[in-house]
Amino acid sequence: MNQSNTPSHASIFTAIVRRDVSLAWSQGGGSLLALGFFLIAVSLFPFGVGPAPQVLARIAPGVIWVVALLAAVISLDRLYQADFEDGSLDDLMVSPLGTLGIVTAKVLAHWLSTTLPLALLAPALAVLVNLPDGAYGTLFISLIIGTPALSLIGSVGAALTVAVRRGGVLMLLLILPLYVPTLIFGVGAVDAVISLTDPMPHLALLGATTLVATVVGLLASAAALKLAME
Amino acid sequence: MHRFANPAQFNRLADVILPWAIGAMVLLFGAGLYYAFWASPPDYQQGESVRVMYIHVPAAWLAMFTYMVTAAASFTALVWRHPLALLAGKAAAPAGAVFTALALLTGMLWGKPMWGTFWVWDGRLTSVLVLFFLYLGYMALWQAIDDEEKAGRAASILALVGVVNIPIIKFSVDWWSTLHQPASVIRLDGPTIDGSMLTPLLLMAGAYQAYFVVVFLWRMKLEINRRKLSVARQAMMHAPVGAE
Amino acid sequence: MMDPLTIPGDVKFSSSVRVSGSALACRRGGRQVFENLNFAVQAGDFVRLSGKNGSGKSTFLRCLAGFLPFQNGEFSYCHGDDVHRALNPDDFLLSGHQNGLKPNFTLRENAKFFAKLMTGTAPRADTLGHAASVFGLGALLNEPVQYFSSGQRHRAALMRFALVSRQVWLMDEPTVGLDAENRAVLAQLIVAHKARGGIIIAATHDPMDVPGDTLDMDAFQTRNSVVDEDWL
Repeated sequence: MNQSNTPSHASIFTAIVRRDVSLAWSQGGGSLLALGFFLIAVSLFPFGVGPAPQVLARIAPGVIWVVALLAAVISLDRLYQADFEDGSLDDLMVSPLGTLGIVTAKVLAHWLSTTLPLALLAPALAVLVNLPDGAYGTLFISLIIGTPALSLIGSVGAALTVAVRRGGVLMLLLILPLYVPTLIFGVGAVDAVISLTDPMPHLALLGATTLVATVVGLLASAAALKLAME
Repeated sequence: MHRFANPAQFNRLADVILPWAIGAMVLLFGAGLYYAFWASPPDYQQGESVRVMYIHVPAAWLAMFTYMVTAAASFTALVWRHPLALLAGKAAAPAGAVFTALALLTGMLWGKPMWGTFWVWDGRLTSVLVLFFLYLGYMALWQAIDDEEKAGRAASILALVGVVNIPIIKFSVDWWSTLHQPASVIRLDGPTIDGSMLTPLLLMAGAYQAYFVVVFLWRMKLEINRRKLSVARQAMMHAPVGAE
Repeated sequence: MMDPLTIPGDVKFSSSVRVSGSALACRRGGRQVFENLNFAVQAGDFVRLSGKNGSGKSTFLRCLAGFLPFQNGEFSYCHGDDVHRALNPDDFLLSGHQNGLKPNFTLRENAKFFAKLMTGTAPRADTLGHAASVFGLGALLNEPVQYFSSGQRHRAALMRFALVSRQVWLMDEPTVGLDAENRAVLAQLIVAHKARGGIIIAATHDPMDVPGDTLDMDAFQTRNSVVDEDWL
């Protein structure tokens, strides 16, 4: 080895996370777009179903979760594609960090820059759709537990379609079905609190879904990216 | 080319199996449909509607079975780079999509008189719908990428990710208390279904299985011939002028 | 413009390094790109990959970088008696057709990220300043890349070779879009790298002003260029 010390994987990892977060928030990045979509789409529901407070309260958890999920999705198709198009994915893939590390760093950055802010914004938007008072905490917790799965599963779809021209729609077809368990358990937890039952079983299953998504999502994304770069 | 893959040998094997599979399919469908519609009693609760079950249940079984075939083929293709395995997944998936659609449709037709509704969003129905979407995604990914081998391997990765859905389908009726009835045939403590109903059910399951074998082998032959054709075309295009 | 020969914090590379392959073949998109490729390079060598378009120059470089497997043959990367089956990611740099720059970032930010990505540490200020000045980009360090001309972007991409010290350089069409002056700089950079014991494999149509061998990719084309003959 010519270098006096082997490169520190932790600092490469940090560098990628910082770069991606900063790109996501810079001009042309996807995070503001996703948050804007979240805000506008949620505020459309009272127009669609009418402003009756009981109706809104009934559908509030589902609306917040579904729109948050869609907002996450619209930012995902650039997750790898932007780097693929400008050639920096080549550089990332030959980094000493390795493909799995690259994928983990990029997914973490996507969660920090896009899906986590959605979770943070959600309680404020829940006011617009009249979420019952006792449910804000659970909504927030369910989103904190569930949103990593959105980034992780989405990463698989983004990696599989990275080299596909206009692959965004295909990516939707691939990942939306895989989002179903996260959505069911996430909404289930909030609904449980509203109907005065225990949300813990739902949150536990939501956590399990995120754990499975962590293992499967990272491995599958890494395999899909390697394939796309061939 | 993988050293164990031999399309010519596969074609020969398929030609041997196909007539038997077709014969078995015709016989089993004949016997199965006879038992299902004439030679079995109506259910004391469900009445004549129970006969839909003889179409529905084997379709649902085969939907999952075909997914496992696709997933196993995908695994083989990814790990051992076996080119026939890649085609096996491609050949099986549309059959699986049809089984899944059939299971969903017959389930809806049966649900209307029995449950009073075509559709409920319970664990079993939702997870089978997800299975249907997975088949669609798998086939769409095959279509979307120009390079056949890359397309197949990308689709294979998706198929393996989707395997997590299979246990969800199987156990959804036990995990969630739903309208859909729990397993009655494949149980640890033996079937809880009457023999007069088990006969047509198993005959139909055999018929579906034979149908799958026939369709699968036919489509494999088709895919192999398509591949042969494209290789031959390439050979023609890249052959040096004047050679051969 | 600074002398490319004097890179701050420069090192001398091990002279016992050898990269070689015998009977290498690669298939892509159902087509045999090259086959029966034999080559060997050692510390201090420059190899120019020549050959017409589609002869597999880029593919060969991507195989060397580990993106694609060689379907046949034996590749070895030897450190003295230590034999590896692939290049170690800590030991090579690759530059491809695209420049890998983020338009929103300044050249300095791009360069810093690249150095961190490859080595885990930020480059020293003098290394970065020198690397930029090699291709005359010193004044542009704090400018966002989106305002660069395509020639400037290409030079910014080549900056990596002066920024991160690695023994093996894999360069895909490094001279495209470079004027005569900058081609001379590139040649100097390569000559200096040779002198340090570096290995350079460059795919290019240009005859570069660097002493070294030429590997003609046209020689490794299959006669009928067909794979999957078993299918027939």
